[in-house]
Amino acid sequence: MAKREFAEKALSPWMSKEGPDKDVVLSSRIRVARNLRSSPFPLLSTPAQSKDVMEQLLSVAESGRLNGLGELPTYRLEELTELEKLVLVEKHLISPALAGESRNGALILARNEDVSIMINEEDHLRIQCLYPGFQIREAWEYASKIDDIFEESVDYAFDEKYGYLTSCPTNVGTGIRASVMMHLPALVLTGQINRILSAVTQVGLAVRGLYGEGSEATGNLFQVSNQITLGQSETEIIDNLYSVARQIIGHEKAARERLLSTDSRPRIEDRIRRSYGILSYAGIMDSKEAAQRLSDVRLGVHLGLLPEANPEVLNELLVSTQPGFLQQTFGEALTPEQRDMKRAQMIRSRLATGA
Amino acid sequence: MQCQECGKRPATLHFTKIVNGEKTELHICESCARERGELIPGASGGFSIHNLLSGLLDFDPSSAAGAKQPALRCEMCGMTYSQFSKMGRFGCSHCYKHFADRLDPLLKRVHGNTVHVGKVPKRAGGRVKTKREIEKLKKEMQSLIAREDFESAAQLRDRIRELEKEIGA
Repeated sequence: MAKREFAEKALSPWMSKEGPDKDVVLSSRIRVARNLRSSPFPLLSTPAQSKDVMEQLLSVAESGRLNGLGELPTYRLEELTELEKLVLVEKHLISPALAGESRNGALILARNEDVSIMINEEDHLRIQCLYPGFQIREAWEYASKIDDIFEESVDYAFDEKYGYLTSCPTNVGTGIRASVMMHLPALVLTGQINRILSAVTQVGLAVRGLYGEGSEATGNLFQVSNQITLGQSETEIIDNLYSVARQIIGHEKAARERLLSTDSRPRIEDRIRRSYGILSYAGIMDSKEAAQRLSDVRLGVHLGLLPEANPEVLNELLVSTQPGFLQQTFGEALTPEQRDMKRAQMIRSRLATGA
Repeated sequence: MQCQECGKRPATLHFTKIVNGEKTELHICESCARERGELIPGASGGFSIHNLLSGLLDFDPSSAAGAKQPALRCEMCGMTYSQFSKMGRFGCSHCYKHFADRLDPLLKRVHGNTVHVGKVPKRAGGRVKTKREIEKLKKEMQSLIAREDFESAAQLRDRIRELEKEIGA
């Protein structure tokens, strides 16, 4: 079977575009949760009801009403293989819940993968927009536009008091979750991360590691997002996240400067070069070590210590070294041991070709 | 004891399965257990936002007192409040209406608020938009009164009355 378009490349096309503050913020994301008035939420809907919801929502894309946004192929989840679903999860284009539990789940996915619309996940409709770098406001404007297009064709569950009604009470109101994915190695190295993370949670935001939790987050990748969806407008939610993320970016950049100007510089440089060396030549690499060493190399690139490494390749490796993607690249089911060898092989060859 | 699966790490998890009197034992390490998808009590996936929420929802003084009441139930989808409090998710959009009495304290705890102030859908939200317009005009009217500009305030008052008539308030 021919590979589907989304499975061909680990790096989503939108990730290659330039974005502000890309040395700290990998991506900005908005997720909008909506439900149709006429049907129970996916949790309780019958197969016939969820099928009807799916058809209604897919028809918005298939009838061409989203055409202004570029081409948007649609996929019914039941048509996809388990491996294809896993690849979509690893690229953060769908949630594990849509891949695993949904009934009559479907996906509308833009060709350059900056828009992914999930149908029959926890809510009937979840619109997700992704932008490279720190562009959370732009992401909301785009998502809101798509939301308006759907609203022309379907009746949303909306309440005068509670706003947009969602299956989980933590999403009711605006139904939006805004998040920025940040790489914060210098704050982790200098031990400031816990102080900053606990401060962030006190202003109504949530932080979680992309892989792992708290300060143990492997790869030093953190996702900062809003928790409150009711009683604040979308603009307030996004401005709040924006200003907090802006401060974290400032702290991270200051910490990076300090790393270079103190006595610890030789040790930092050594660590970065060692990681680059190991990634370039190792034969077995588990996912945790890969995440940590790729983080070191990423820091090295942005500190100007490793001009030979290509930041885009690092972004690509974040996804292409995940189990599903490795399996699909090498075309066979892999044991954990084989996987660690293939992962090392993948990293070696991508760092060597570099482009 | 070494892990039966990888033979490298010490076995820290010990499973005993008895199926029709047939006993099988499995001794493996945590990372192999994860790979195999064996259930580790209290480990990954066992705790979610929904569990946390249901903790909040269970806090219900009337049920704590042991008073027998007819189950609060959504008339549209049939979900009871106690099912909702176990799952942390509503069954349909009408649950919000049917559980309204218990909802505000919960929403207050989760969001610090109970009233939506954000985006309003273009078609379904006409009434809400008018209501917000009225709120805004009332505030303006108050400040006009404070500045003793009664003529402009009277104009606003008439406009407010018109809008209130429109939505039947």
